Amino acid sequence: MEYINILVKSIFVDNMIFAFFLGMCSYLAVSKTVKTSAGLGIAVTFVLCITVPVNYLINKYLLKAGALAWISPSLAGVDLGFLSFIVFIAVIAAIVQIVEMVVERYSPALYNSLGIFLPLIAVNCAVMGGSLFMQERAYSNIAQAEVFALGSGIGWFLAIVAIAALREKLRYSHIPPALKGVGITFIITGLMGMAFMAFMGIKL
Amino acid sequence: MNNKNLKYITLPWRDNNPITVQVLGICSCLAVTAQLKPAVFMAVSVTAVTVLSNLIISLLRNTIPPRIRIIVQLVVVSTLVVLVDQVLKAYFFDVSKQLSVFVGLIITNCIVMGRLEAFAMHNPPLPSVCDGLGNGLGYSFILILLGFTRELLGNGTLWGYPVTERLHDIGYENNGLMLMPPMALILIGLLIWIINSRKA
Repeated sequence: MEYINILVKSIFVDNMIFAFFLGMCSYLAVSKTVKTSAGLGIAVTFVLCITVPVNYLINKYLLKAGALAWISPSLAGVDLGFLSFIVFIAVIAAIVQIVEMVVERYSPALYNSLGIFLPLIAVNCAVMGGSLFMQERAYSNIAQAEVFALGSGIGWFLAIVAIAALREKLRYSHIPPALKGVGITFIITGLMGMAFMAFMGIKL
Repeated sequence: MNNKNLKYITLPWRDNNPITVQVLGICSCLAVTAQLKPAVFMAVSVTAVTVLSNLIISLLRNTIPPRIRIIVQLVVVSTLVVLVDQVLKAYFFDVSKQLSVFVGLIITNCIVMGRLEAFAMHNPPLPSVCDGLGNGLGYSFILILLGFTRELLGNGTLWGYPVTERLHDIGYENNGLMLMPPMALILIGLLIWIINSRKA
């Protein structure tokens, strides 16, 4: 039950895009067609599901205050928390690189569809944000962190596919010239965000 | 300082604003602007990181192998962000709590990476610093404008001090929607509209 709660919460209530505006840059840049944005959405979900649990373990056993106690009791007073930004971004960049190589080796078809997006993901704030929120919200075990990562990814996927579908339709509508493109996309995202606010306070 | 360097500082204010024209660094810009105070702190932090990282990368530009430049840039930027985070935690703890993960997300702020990649990798230190400063200020300008509007209309306060108290007696109401995340998006959409139509 608690897992379903985290899942629903991270998809709808704490949606990465509508509530926290994470991954906005690629959201605006890549959402021109449904097909490419679905590809990017899947890639982000995939990377989130790998990096968040890995960073969870690193945070729990290396970085948190007193986390090093399992090596020797004399290290219990060490707090490496200030290193978490550097470590997290290094882990994300490394994992994205590894994922890219593995996918290229074992699934050329998937690589061709995700290929161009994978390198972009290393600097996608939704991925970094996933790790940072995981640290801030202090999930009690790795399964919760994994469910949170999955939910955030699905939420991001839904948002980018929805806006891409809207933008495909928008091409044929009459918009004031100065508002065309980015301007109207912002306003529509705002309206979609309001719709998503209806999920606020839902608890399962 | 010659004219060219001055232009690097002033150009990103309107004609090449990182937020409204280049559409970079949107994430943090929207999330921290519900109130003026965190917006100002965020603006200062991002400007500091942009200027310093531009300076460092520009000094190192001839020694960085092109294949691993992204990693080098990320390391430089994240080191600076750790410094900013520690300073905020030490001297402005309440603000640092309010900004929560968004300080860490300066690392993945596209403005910082974008300036490093587009400018600092090919230019000497002084113009790079000017470029960083210009883009940082352009970003700050939008951030503070949004923070000002949203806090004034949404909460009736500025920097936490009540401003519209008197107006409430004659029936003025705060627009609570301004504090909600979607309004930030709509405001920035309108801002882009105004800027684009003035240009045309």
